[in-house]
Amino acid sequence: MTNIEIILTIISLIVLIVAGFYAVFKKDLIHAVVATSVISLVLSLMFYLLQAPDVALTEAAIGIALSTIIFIITIRNTKRFEDK
Amino acid sequence: MKNVIIISLLGVTAYYLLSAFVSIPFGEDFINGVKDFYLNKSPEDLKVANVVTSIVVNFRGFDTLGEVTVLFLASTALGSILYRRRSSHTALNPQRTAPQASTLVQAGAKVIFPFTVLLGAYVFIHGHLTPGGGFQGGAIIATGFLLMLISYRKFFVEHNVLTWIEALAGTSFVVIGLAGLVYADNHNFLENFLPAGELNDLLSGGIIGIIYIAVGFKVGAEITGILDTLLTIKEAGLDPEEN
Repeated sequence: MTNIEIILTIISLIVLIVAGFYAVFKKDLIHAVVATSVISLVLSLMFYLLQAPDVALTEAAIGIALSTIIFIITIRNTKRFEDK
Repeated sequence: MKNVIIISLLGVTAYYLLSAFVSIPFGEDFINGVKDFYLNKSPEDLKVANVVTSIVVNFRGFDTLGEVTVLFLASTALGSILYRRRSSHTALNPQRTAPQASTLVQAGAKVIFPFTVLLGAYVFIHGHLTPGGGFQGGAIIATGFLLMLISYRKFFVEHNVLTWIEALAGTSFVVIGLAGLVYADNHNFLENFLPAGELNDLLSGGIIGIIYIAVGFKVGAEITGILDTLLTIKEAGLDPEEN
């Protein structure tokens, strides 16, 4: 790996951890779902950096778009805020 | 209290994952010969440029058939669970509960939609040459339909057409597999019986291209059907007609 790839990987890992904690602790579920979508975006970048473009494409299509929209539809039909 | 439990559970999981990863000798050939078998055999013998595809469809084609079946069962189960909810919206008078999207979103969706479908078709037709394949292409096509479904309240997919596409694609996958029993050299299920062609040609890899086109249509139709069903259901307890 070149220097740029290593720096990108480190940034991606930091964003992954921050977005993961945000998704767990946020009470507004729409915000939490968007955070999981960010996790998928960064994961897709990491898969590409680790030379797995097939998995990166799957993660981009399923993780970012489809599972996010299914969660949002579910939240719209139930409750938006998590109970204390 | 709940957060403490979550963090401690995550910590325990992370500890065991780390201890497992430390014991794996990364970069060494710890499964003797399997890696070499795949990597040496695939490009020359099967004329497939994308090694991952040749492993997924050729060496593990039965596995892929199982995955397609699982997706089909999931979409069938979802349809049967949600059928009662959407039965009051007949085909003549469909309703969607979401509010109308803004004009900007509608205009943008109309422009992007054909290119998204084109990209998805490209991904699954070139599955044996470039990264991607049936699942990825089908999911990208479904994303395009999703864009239209959430932008236009009047945009509806025909579930009869989706069912027929699914049925034809799934049947053609199995028929290609059965044809391998008859026409292929070793008479195995899903064995390649078509001419392999030249490496890096569009018509190479034998049956892989045809199987990936079938999988792409099937996955696209199934996910589009799931999304349309989910978007059309009535909101439980929020419907003014029921209250």
